[in-house]
Amino acid sequence: MDFEPTDVQRAVAETARAFARERIAPVARDNDLARRFPRDLVRGLGELGLLAVNVPEAYGGSAAGAVAYALAIMEIAAADCATATTAAVTNMVGETIARWGTEEQKRRHLPALASGEYAAGAFALSEPQSGSDAAGLGTRALRRGGAWVIDGAKQWITSGDVAGVLVVWARTDPAAGARGVTAFLVEQGTPGLSVGRHEEKMGLRASSTVALAFEGCEVPDAARLGAPGEGFKIALSALDGGRVGIASQATGTIRASLEASVRYAKERRTFGAPLADHQAIQFMLADMATAHGSARLLALRAAWLKEAGRPFSREASMAKLFASEAAQRAVNRAVQIHGGYGYTNEFPVERFFRDARVQTIYEGTSEIQRLVIARDLLGQP
Amino acid sequence: MDIELTEEQRQVRDLCRQFADEELRPNARRWDANHEFPREAVKKLGEMGLMGVAIPPEWGGAGMDNVSYAIAMEEISRGCAGTGVIMSVNNSLYCDPVLKFGTDEQRKQFLEPFARGEKLGCFALTEPMSGSDAAEMRTVAEKRGAEYVLSGSKNFITNGPQADVVLVFAMTDKAKRHRGISAFLVPSDAGGFVRGKPDEKVGIRASGSCTVFFEGCAIPERYRLGGEGDGFKIAMAALDGGRIGIGSQALGIARAALEEALAYSKERKAFGQPISQFQAIQFMLADMATELDAARLLVWRAATLKDRGVRHSAESAMAKLFASEMSERVTSRAIQIHGGYGYVKEYDAERHWRDSRITEIYEGTSEIQRIVISSAVLKD
Repeated sequence: MDFEPTDVQRAVAETARAFARERIAPVARDNDLARRFPRDLVRGLGELGLLAVNVPEAYGGSAAGAVAYALAIMEIAAADCATATTAAVTNMVGETIARWGTEEQKRRHLPALASGEYAAGAFALSEPQSGSDAAGLGTRALRRGGAWVIDGAKQWITSGDVAGVLVVWARTDPAAGARGVTAFLVEQGTPGLSVGRHEEKMGLRASSTVALAFEGCEVPDAARLGAPGEGFKIALSALDGGRVGIASQATGTIRASLEASVRYAKERRTFGAPLADHQAIQFMLADMATAHGSARLLALRAAWLKEAGRPFSREASMAKLFASEAAQRAVNRAVQIHGGYGYTNEFPVERFFRDARVQTIYEGTSEIQRLVIARDLLGQP
Repeated sequence: MDIELTEEQRQVRDLCRQFADEELRPNARRWDANHEFPREAVKKLGEMGLMGVAIPPEWGGAGMDNVSYAIAMEEISRGCAGTGVIMSVNNSLYCDPVLKFGTDEQRKQFLEPFARGEKLGCFALTEPMSGSDAAEMRTVAEKRGAEYVLSGSKNFITNGPQADVVLVFAMTDKAKRHRGISAFLVPSDAGGFVRGKPDEKVGIRASGSCTVFFEGCAIPERYRLGGEGDGFKIAMAALDGGRIGIGSQALGIARAALEEALAYSKERKAFGQPISQFQAIQFMLADMATELDAARLLVWRAATLKDRGVRHSAESAMAKLFASEMSERVTSRAIQIHGGYGYVKEYDAERHWRDSRITEIYEGTSEIQRIVISSAVLKD
C-alpha cells in the first residue's frame, strides 16, 4: 500500500498549484464581484494540459490519469471554486467524448477542448422540471432523414453560453423510459440552439450558468454520441467521474478554509493571546484538518479505482457526499473564526462560503448520493 | 406555567405579520440586491411604535413587554432580515441602555425621539482590533474641563451610516481595564465624528454598517451615559437584551426559509411524486420545524425572565446561541430542498441563508455565548 503520488501525479499537482497561486488566486475576488468568466485563465489551463488531464495524448490530452486529475482540481479549487467548476466540467466532457465518441468526433472536439481553444465544454442534462430525476427529462430528438432535430429546454448548464461543444441529452424513444435517451454533441452556434437566462447565483459567479433552448435544432447523425438509447448509461458513467471532480473541488475548498483560518488565528489577538491559543479555536482547526485529510483520501481512492479500471460508483458517491458536506462545515467554521471579518469581502472566506454551498447540490445532490450508496449496500438495483 | 400568547401579543404578531407581508417581503430582494436602506419601511416601523417596543409610553415607546418585542422581531425579520436588525439595534442596543442608565434629561433628548422612530440610534463597541475582547478597546475619551474628547475608531457599526446618535464606549481610565470604560452619546453632527464607507456584506444588506471615526470629537460632559467606569456594565446589559432581539431575528429568518421549503416541496415533482412525499424530505422538514419551535421557546423564556426583572444572562445566551445556529442549519436545509433553485436569486432561499450567517457572529459570537453559558453552568 502506498499513498504517495507518482512522479507524473506530483508534476501535475505542482503545475496546477503554481498556476493557481500565480494566476488564479490574484483575480478570484474581482472576477466574483464582476461576475466575469476568466477566458484568459482557461487558455492558461489549456496550455498546461489541465483541461484534459485524463484524455489520451493522441487527441491533445495529458493522459496523466484520474488521480492526477483529482489532484489538479484540488489545487485549482483551493484558489478559486468557480475556475475549478469550469475546468472540471470541461474535463468531464472531454473524458466523455474520449470514452464514447467516434474517431471523427474525438478528432473534431478533443484538441479544442484540451487546448482551451474552446472556452469550455458543457454538459446539458438537467432541465427545469428534472434535476435529480434525470430520466424524467423531456427534451426530444426526432429523426429526420440523416439528422436529428432537438426540441426542449435545459437548465443550470455550466458554461452553456461559452462552450465550444455541448453534450446534450434528449429523449429519442418516449416509450422506453431511461433506455430511450440519447446523447448528442451540439456545437455552439448551431441554429436552433439559443442561450436563455444567465443565472444570478449566490456564488461561483465567475462560472457561467445558463438556461438553454432547443427549437428545431438540427444536428447530423454523425453528432450522435454513442448508440440510440445509450444516453443514460453515458450520463451516469460521466457523472461517476464528475463526482470525483466535485469531491476534489470540495477538498480544495476545505484546504483553503483551513489555511485562511490558521493564518488569521495566528494573527488575531483576543483576551491577551492569539486566537490560535484558545482551545475552542484549536479544536475547530483540528476538526477542519481531519476533514481535509478524510475528504482528500476518499476522493483519491475513488480516482485510483477509476484509473485501475475497477468499479468506483459507490466510492465516488461517498467521496462527493462526504467532501461536499465537510466543505460546508469547513467554510462555515472559517467564517466563524474570522468573526465580523468573515462576513465582509475584505477577506476571501465569505467567497469560499458562498461558492461552496452548491457543492452538495450539483452533479448529484447529497440525497441522490445517499440513495446510490444505500442501494449498493443493500444490494438493491 | 403558561405558554399562551396574551391578546396584546397576538395583536402585535398579526400587525407585524401583515406589515411584513405587505411592505417587506415584496421589497426585500431588491433591497438585498442594491444594498439599499429601507427608509420608508423604517419610518413606518417608527409610526407603529416598533422602534421602541418595550420602552414606556412616557418616553415615546409602545410600552409592551419583551415577549411582544420578540414576537415583533420575529415577524419583521421573516419579511426582511436587514430591517429586523435595524429595528433590533435601535430597540435593544440603543433605547434600552438610555432608558436604564440615562438621566431624565438624557432620556428626553436621546431616548424619546428614538423610541418614536423619529431618529435612529446605533451602538459602537467593536473596534478593528477588538470584537469579542471588548475590554481591549483603544478608543479613548479624555476629560477636558466640561467636555470629553474622543479619539479612535469603531467598526461594523449597524445603523452607523444613518444614525443620528451613536452610543459609543471609550476608555476613560486605561489603568482600570474594563472598569475604566465609559459610555457616551455622540450626535452624528458633532465635530470630529466621521463615517467611513458602508461595509459590503454577505447578507442583511438592507441594513447598513460602517466604520466610524472619532478625531478629537468633543462632547459635553452631560452626554456621558451613566458614571465614569460604568461603560462595560452598560454594554453587557445592552447585549443581554440584544440576544433576545437577535435570537428572534434568527427565528424569523428560519421561519421564512421553512415556509418556502415546505411550499416548494409540495410543488416540485421528481420520480413521479411531489418531493414532500419522500421520507428523506419529510424528516428534514420535521427536524427543521422541531428546532425552530425549540429555539422560539428558548427566546421566549429569556424574554419572560427579562420582563420579570430577573437576571437572564445564561438564558439569553442559550437563546441566541441556539436560535442563530438553528437558523443556519434550517436555511441551509431549505436551500438543499430547493435543489438548484436554492442557489439562484430567483428564489429567496439563498438570501435567507446569507442573512442567517451573521446571527452566529454579531452581538456576541457563538463562542462568547458558550463561555457565558459554561461559566453559569460550572458555577452551580
